[in-house]
Amino acid sequence: MRSYAGQRALLAVVQLAVLSVLVFVLTSLLPGDAAEMRFTETLTPDQVARLRGELGLDQPAPERFVHWLGNALTGDLGTSLISGGPVIDIVRDSIGATLVLTVATLAVVVPLAVALGIVMGTRENGRIDRAITSVTLALSAIPDFVIAVVLVAVFSLRLGWLPATWVGGELLASPALLVLPVAVLLGRTVCLLSRQVRAGTINALHAEYVVQARRLGIPRRQLLLRHVLPNAAVPGVQELARTGDTLLGGVLVVEAIFAIPGFATALVDGVETRDIPTVQGLTLVLAVAALMINLTADLVCNRLVPRTAFLR
Amino acid sequence: MSEALSRRGFLGVAGAAGLAAATGCGADEGVAAQPRQGGRLRAVYAGGGAKEVLDPHVQSLFVDIARHKAIYEKLVELGPDLKPVPRLASTWEHDGTATTWRFSLRDTSFHDGAKLVAEDVLFSLARIADPAVPERVAQSSLATLDLKRSKALGPSTVELVLTAPNAEFPALLAGIGTQIVRDGFKDPAKPVGTGAFRHVSFETGRSMVASRYDDYWDKPARIEELHILSADAEARANAVQGGQAEYANDMTATFARTAGKAVRVVAAKASTMQAFVMKVDQPPFDNPEVRLAFKLLADRQRLVDVVLAGRGEVGNDLFGKGYQYYPADLPARERDVDRAKALLAKAGLVGKEIEIFTADASAGFVEAATLFAEQVAEAGVRLKVTTGSPQTYAKDLLTKGAIGNHRSGAMPIPQYFTDRLLSHSPFNVTHWRRPAFDAGFAAARAVTSEEERSSRYGVLQKTLRDEGGILAWGLPDYLVAVSAKVQGVQAVPPNTLDQGRFDKVWLA
Repeated sequence: MRSYAGQRALLAVVQLAVLSVLVFVLTSLLPGDAAEMRFTETLTPDQVARLRGELGLDQPAPERFVHWLGNALTGDLGTSLISGGPVIDIVRDSIGATLVLTVATLAVVVPLAVALGIVMGTRENGRIDRAITSVTLALSAIPDFVIAVVLVAVFSLRLGWLPATWVGGELLASPALLVLPVAVLLGRTVCLLSRQVRAGTINALHAEYVVQARRLGIPRRQLLLRHVLPNAAVPGVQELARTGDTLLGGVLVVEAIFAIPGFATALVDGVETRDIPTVQGLTLVLAVAALMINLTADLVCNRLVPRTAFLR
Repeated sequence: MSEALSRRGFLGVAGAAGLAAATGCGADEGVAAQPRQGGRLRAVYAGGGAKEVLDPHVQSLFVDIARHKAIYEKLVELGPDLKPVPRLASTWEHDGTATTWRFSLRDTSFHDGAKLVAEDVLFSLARIADPAVPERVAQSSLATLDLKRSKALGPSTVELVLTAPNAEFPALLAGIGTQIVRDGFKDPAKPVGTGAFRHVSFETGRSMVASRYDDYWDKPARIEELHILSADAEARANAVQGGQAEYANDMTATFARTAGKAVRVVAAKASTMQAFVMKVDQPPFDNPEVRLAFKLLADRQRLVDVVLAGRGEVGNDLFGKGYQYYPADLPARERDVDRAKALLAKAGLVGKEIEIFTADASAGFVEAATLFAEQVAEAGVRLKVTTGSPQTYAKDLLTKGAIGNHRSGAMPIPQYFTDRLLSHSPFNVTHWRRPAFDAGFAAARAVTSEEERSSRYGVLQKTLRDEGGILAWGLPDYLVAVSAKVQGVQAVPPNTLDQGRFDKVWLA
């Protein structure tokens, strides 16, 4: 177990290194740089050229990368080329809203998906199973932004029940701000997750040991809770870790539509303005978070059903 | 998202153009209501994320301009016709050659109680000109200011000296990023100005809160508190419709058509410009007859109806309709496909393909290019639409493609000339480089008689309209949405004094 964790940690470091190089290379391939992005109708080419010097963008890319890496290793994410402030401030300012959004979504998604998954799994191919399957599959086929636009049009603009954007709102003062964004994010994640729990439940129900346990006359309720659920949860937990991608994609859309000043917004802004230190800082934080989540998921699975550690 | 919506709107636009005209609400009509004191106004602008700044001399986004307008003031501002009007400078005069200028300062004070004096002006101009900080935006427009020879003639009179005569100097002082700060101003995070609102808090990319400055010289504001918020077009629309904001800047024609009863659209008629720009030094547009043929091919009304959803007027290949110095007597350019065909045949272009370089850099660019390609095809020339990166379009347009999209916000006509039409202009997208034109402009700008200057500018503009590379097909309205209870919002072009001016509005 320890060597497994060690290997994983090493792998994580390698992944991080590769990722940071990739981000640097890819952002360098984007047309223009941070100075050029300011080339609007206000700054002249001459001013932009001087700005490029000020920002150190006339240094060769490898040099800038080594400089950035050196600072990152000491925990310094560098300075934003756009705001001129520390990148860590941008990370800190943007992470809050996204965390609140993600945690709120998960708090609804997990119990809902588990409940739906078990209901479907224990009624395999029954009427309820098919009904829920149809609805969830249909929902997951609708793009997030369509759901968002419809929800806003109905619940905000027509009925006036819920705020349509975070603009001008304070989360603490009006928690209702969370309702629509979370509702949008729910859609796909609940579908994916509940399908995994359903599959796990069905697999577990068909497994030798459950069949045997059933033969031994263990009550259904106990059977489900003690034997089926932990096994059914394994694909669910792994899926939950993967949900990160889906959720991030959704968060991007949701942040844009509801004008939520979060992580995804900061990342998009960073790319658009070619603020490479900020993009790298945000990506690094995101990568660390993803690696931690995956690690946690593996450990949780291992705890639920120890043999899975040997299976991989 | 917003792009997807605007494109969907675009498809339905042709049939709905008439409807748009029918729902058109013009200037603010609610003057009848008695102005009311107090309240909070939330105004939403397109945000700039980390790009937003509190430094008044580094601004370039509308949201920054709005923030700084609330807190700071300039010596001079622009009126609705883009003509300079006094602000912190109550009067000005020059030495007869338009080289040495004297400005008398208004008797007013900064938010910290300090009186406005000439040193503040000199300090502000020196701060803008500081070569060590290239992003101070007014550097190039104020480049002819000779700060070494400029001086205070007393606490409330300042003498500014230019290296070359310029009768338009007051208008330059009204440009972007020319706010007057206090002598010794160092920390932009602690903004102290003379404006109608005092800074309370600022979060980059999100919001600024400001409160009424009771000692403001030009009648204190009626509203108590001003929030300036950042959000993209979709969120702005939702916020103003959903009651989370009272004012939304720069709205689309699609929004104007679908906005509900809770919202009023204030339209500054034909106050900006959309054009195709042809590089006059590149084939096939190095041939003036080809340029003329293209100008004759544009179905301007159709472009306005489709691309601008009818929210605008047709252009006459010139910038600045309705502004000071615009030659309003020039006849409107009519479509003439036959004549264009003949010119193109003469140039040997029939059956040939030309690339038009565009990008999703501004609402309507790609749509306009695509529609124009159809119109040009009627004369047997194929325009191939190439789409570039929206973020670098402003720069790419200078070097890429022989023809592309161009838009311009409101600015005085001489400034447009300086920025775009002189041999050394930084944004010369048509590569219009004629020493005689440069000399004619320099001479006109030095003429002190306004009438004479105006007629000289008129001659230059006629040359440009007939021979230049600018095909100005449309003059879009500038649209602002306000909640029904907001009163006193003026329908004036962007970048002018009364646009986004929150010390004059009130909440009914």
